[in-house]
Amino acid sequence: MENKNIKSNPPKSSNKFSITIKRIYKYLSKYKISLMVAIIASIISTIFVVLGPMILGSVTNIIADGSVNIIKGTGVIDFKKIGYMLILLLCVYIIAQVFSYLQIYIMSNISQKAIYNLRKDIIIKINNLPLKFFDTNSQGDILSKITSDIENINTSLQQILTQFITSLVTIIGIIAMMFLINFWMTIVALLTVPLSFLFSMIVIKKSQKFYKGQQEYLGKINGLVEEVYSGHNIIKTFNQEKRSIKKFEDLNDRLYKNSWTSQFATSIMMPVITLASNIGYVLISILGGYLVVQGVIGVGRIQSFIQYIKNFMMPISQIAQVMNVLQSTVASADRVFGLLDEEEEIKEKNSLIIKDDIKGDVTFDNITFGYNKQNPLINNCNLEIKQGQKIAIVGPTGAGKTTLINLLMRFYDADKGCIKIDGINIYNITREDLRSLYGMVLQDTWLFKGSIKDNIAYGKLGATDEEIIKTSKMVYADQFIRTLPDGYDMVLNEEASNVSAGQKQLLTIARAVISNPKILILDEATSSVDTRTEVLIQKAMNKIMKNRTTFVIAHRLSTIKDADIIMVMKDGDIIEHGKHDDLILNEEGFYKTLYYSQFENN
Amino acid sequence: MFKIAKFFKKYSFLIILILLFTLVQAFSDLTLPTLMSNIIDVGIIDSDVGYIIQTGIFMLMFSLLSGIMSISVGFVSAKVSAGVCKNLRSSIFDKIQGFSLSDIDKFGATSLITRTTNDITQIQNFLIMFLRIVIMSPIMSVGGLIMAYNVNKSLSSIVLIAIPILAAVVITISFAAMPIYKVIQSKLDGLNLIARENLTGLRVIKAFRTTDYEKERFDKSNKNLSDITVKVQKIMGLMGPGIMLTLNITIITIMWFGAKKVSLNEMAIGEVIAFTQYVMQIMISMMMMSFILVMYPKASVSAERVAEVLNKEFSIKDEIKDKIIDNTDLNNQIFVEFKDVCFKYQKAEEMALSNISFRVEKGKTLSIIGSTGSGKSTIVNLIPRMYDISSGEIIINGKNIKDYSQLELRSKIGLVPQKATLFTGTIEENLKFGKKDATEEEIIKACEISSSLNFIEKKPDKFNENVAQGGKNFSGGQKQRLAIARAIIKDADVYIFDDSFSALDYKTDKQVRKKLKNITQDSVVIVVAQRIMSIKDSDNILVLDKGKIVGYGTHKDLIKNCDIYKEIAESQLSKEELEGGK
Repeated sequence: MENKNIKSNPPKSSNKFSITIKRIYKYLSKYKISLMVAIIASIISTIFVVLGPMILGSVTNIIADGSVNIIKGTGVIDFKKIGYMLILLLCVYIIAQVFSYLQIYIMSNISQKAIYNLRKDIIIKINNLPLKFFDTNSQGDILSKITSDIENINTSLQQILTQFITSLVTIIGIIAMMFLINFWMTIVALLTVPLSFLFSMIVIKKSQKFYKGQQEYLGKINGLVEEVYSGHNIIKTFNQEKRSIKKFEDLNDRLYKNSWTSQFATSIMMPVITLASNIGYVLISILGGYLVVQGVIGVGRIQSFIQYIKNFMMPISQIAQVMNVLQSTVASADRVFGLLDEEEEIKEKNSLIIKDDIKGDVTFDNITFGYNKQNPLINNCNLEIKQGQKIAIVGPTGAGKTTLINLLMRFYDADKGCIKIDGINIYNITREDLRSLYGMVLQDTWLFKGSIKDNIAYGKLGATDEEIIKTSKMVYADQFIRTLPDGYDMVLNEEASNVSAGQKQLLTIARAVISNPKILILDEATSSVDTRTEVLIQKAMNKIMKNRTTFVIAHRLSTIKDADIIMVMKDGDIIEHGKHDDLILNEEGFYKTLYYSQFENN
Repeated sequence: MFKIAKFFKKYSFLIILILLFTLVQAFSDLTLPTLMSNIIDVGIIDSDVGYIIQTGIFMLMFSLLSGIMSISVGFVSAKVSAGVCKNLRSSIFDKIQGFSLSDIDKFGATSLITRTTNDITQIQNFLIMFLRIVIMSPIMSVGGLIMAYNVNKSLSSIVLIAIPILAAVVITISFAAMPIYKVIQSKLDGLNLIARENLTGLRVIKAFRTTDYEKERFDKSNKNLSDITVKVQKIMGLMGPGIMLTLNITIITIMWFGAKKVSLNEMAIGEVIAFTQYVMQIMISMMMMSFILVMYPKASVSAERVAEVLNKEFSIKDEIKDKIIDNTDLNNQIFVEFKDVCFKYQKAEEMALSNISFRVEKGKTLSIIGSTGSGKSTIVNLIPRMYDISSGEIIINGKNIKDYSQLELRSKIGLVPQKATLFTGTIEENLKFGKKDATEEEIIKACEISSSLNFIEKKPDKFNENVAQGGKNFSGGQKQRLAIARAIIKDADVYIFDDSFSALDYKTDKQVRKKLKNITQDSVVIVVAQRIMSIKDSDNILVLDKGKIVGYGTHKDLIKNCDIYKEIAESQLSKEELEGGK
């Protein structure tokens, strides 16, 4: 991991920030034309928004002039002109809002398409990454990248896109309008802006520490609560309630301190920006009043100006907010892109095509392999397996029994040597083709949320109903499936908890043999399966093994004594192999101790 | 929200303070337009620069006052909302510590976790917004209305028409969007589920070459989600323009009628400008309030969920009995007895256990075997009184377990649970769960017995090695061995091993059992197991099926007399092993 960071991260962090932004932009740039249209719509909308107060001020001017005329007795208020102006104003407002909505409309299309593509890239990536990646990275971490990080980008992208451009154009537009009204008033107004901007920046920076603290302690509390609640029976039997309460109180106290400080810090921003805006408002009232008295501007211009100042603060605080959101978006994007940058499995090309009549001879030819190249676990392993033979892999927990499966399935590739099936080097076949030769039943009974039918047909996409039922009957699953509420159409729920562990196992067996594979890989179940189903599973396993080359990872030595070859593994290495009767004769042998350890009396 | 009202009591003074500050702030804010209109109508018309500056200084003072008040409101509300939620969090955690397993089952551990963390955060977020903005809004609106009314009565009727229109716009759009948000949430869950399945089923997917199928499945769900999200964004996007348009049209109307009033000399021009500003104040604060109130249902649900836990009555309480049981002559007895025990889980239709009777004496081992769901773990949970039985009696050392305090009862029991849960902290801290003041020797001895010493010694920090959450940095077997050590440090009268050797290989399993034998001579041992191999030497074996005892005796007896036992044995052992195995 360390190395990777150095490789993919350029030295300067600001540089990295802009690189990430560029990568996010790449997802948007596919929709360049829409993006341009949206930006133009946003600019048009803003221009019209900014025009509003100016026209309103003109109306006020007409009223003011008219009222002066009334006092002087020289005329009346020109209602016709006011009417025209107000209708014009109404049009301006409508146009502004229509374009504003157009912008939102297009932007949400773009942002959702971008997110859609990002998610798509991620899932393709996940499926193209080698198994090694998943074995060395925490599943929770990967999952949180796919779910929460993308969700975070999703919610903020829309906000950033719509608010950033609008805010920027608004600021420019307002400044232009203010200058148009009066130079000095603008200077005064602008003086208050940097002040409030500076202040909000300081506040954001200062509050960051507390905000982080709040997140940190929230996380810690989550962790504690999770373990205490899920270990409730232990806490209780060991009378540890007081201890957990003390631990919790301590964290809660710290969370409180960070939480209220960060909330206070964030709450300061609005009042200060409002204060700055109010000071601007007052100064404009004074200066504007003076200028009207001097005859430089009309009364209505004070009104326009005040509206501008009020409208000015909003985009500024929005930009400050967007900057904040951007930080967390970039952080999330970094994590997602980090995943997208992981090295993929090398794509094979021009490989041999295997024929249908594979018999199932398997040869290990001088295999050397280690998860870590410097530290090989299997050294120069040679094995010859004839079609239809049963190979048992035994050894204590953690001995690396799955390593062999990993090599056979090409989840991992050997460092040296090769495996041959019917004399064909498996490294010359595509992974897909190779895997089509196998049927696999793992201890971890993975099924997906979908109907039982679909789950069985998973082994042979497009299998007919007859095939599915035939296979189920063969592995003794048909009977229980028929007793389920919707039979073959029953939808397994998320955790597949609406069928029992043993039934799940039967389903995975059906799934493995529906495509009639030549070679089987079976991981014997140790999980708590009720006895009757267990008998069925055992029967099904024995039945499907007939005439197939079978690799069995065995947990109970009693079931594999008749295996043609027993491979005994310890600490990742194959230390002995042979038939049961031979292995048991080796006085010093590990197999012997392993075998007898289960019968010794206490 | 009212259900947690008592948590605000402590803060009533501060809440009143917030109200006061808010009032002053609203007053200051509303004075500004009036003063400004004075500048126009008096200062400008009379060309009185001195008056303009004087009024300006007043305005400046009011602005400052408003700013200070607003910051104070922020300060106090941060204290209140964080404080209320701190107390809520503490109370709910304390409460749950007192829960029995049946109380936990009622809510579900996951739900309780969300209630303690997420729900309270939800409340806190709402609270701070409520205190800062929602309190302000009505005050500002009413104040603005009064000011507007004072300026001109008939003109203020326009505002009264505009407010319901604004409300209608906000409500219509929110109501159109709300149900879609719910759909989005479920679609998002669906998408995340597929992503999770892709991760967990990696090997299967690769083995069955169904990558394309998975991609397609994900794509469909992804497309679906993206379409519906665009839809809701387009609806919600109407909110901003809709509100702005309503506001702007109101102002245009005011200008038109205001101009009429000016021409009739009923209003001064400065007053019209002030009036438009009041209207903006009112409508903006209404808008803010509506935004926050959209959060209310969510926060209210959270508050209810929290209150539900806080108001839950404990299902198991220590009963303080008047009669003092004279147990002097019971002191030296150590045994566990079930007398005709029946037990039903809450809401369950069938009995989980019916008519269970057995007695285990000091120094003896009772093993319990049976298929999943036969009630083995239920028996284990009943002994430390995690649940109360429906009928019958459970007796430990001559005394009904209900006559002990929970603390005392549990101090007699050393439990190794099915799932070897460890807690964050060091190895030593975890081991000391059983005995707070355990000496180094005791700890080492327990680890030696549980065969954990050698792997602990290999850790860089030995006994001070950190245990990560869920004990992730230990293998299943290591966790189980530590859990065994934790239980035997306790020096208990009754040891319960609930399928506690499953992650150990045969060799270690055997070793541990052998050593355990020596230290449990003065205690009762109850073992729940899956493997026949590991229980066949017990003094007695209890065979359970569907909550009933179907066999009781030694291995040899049962293999002859008990069909279910035989069936289990046959599925696990080969013929020779069944017959001899010596």
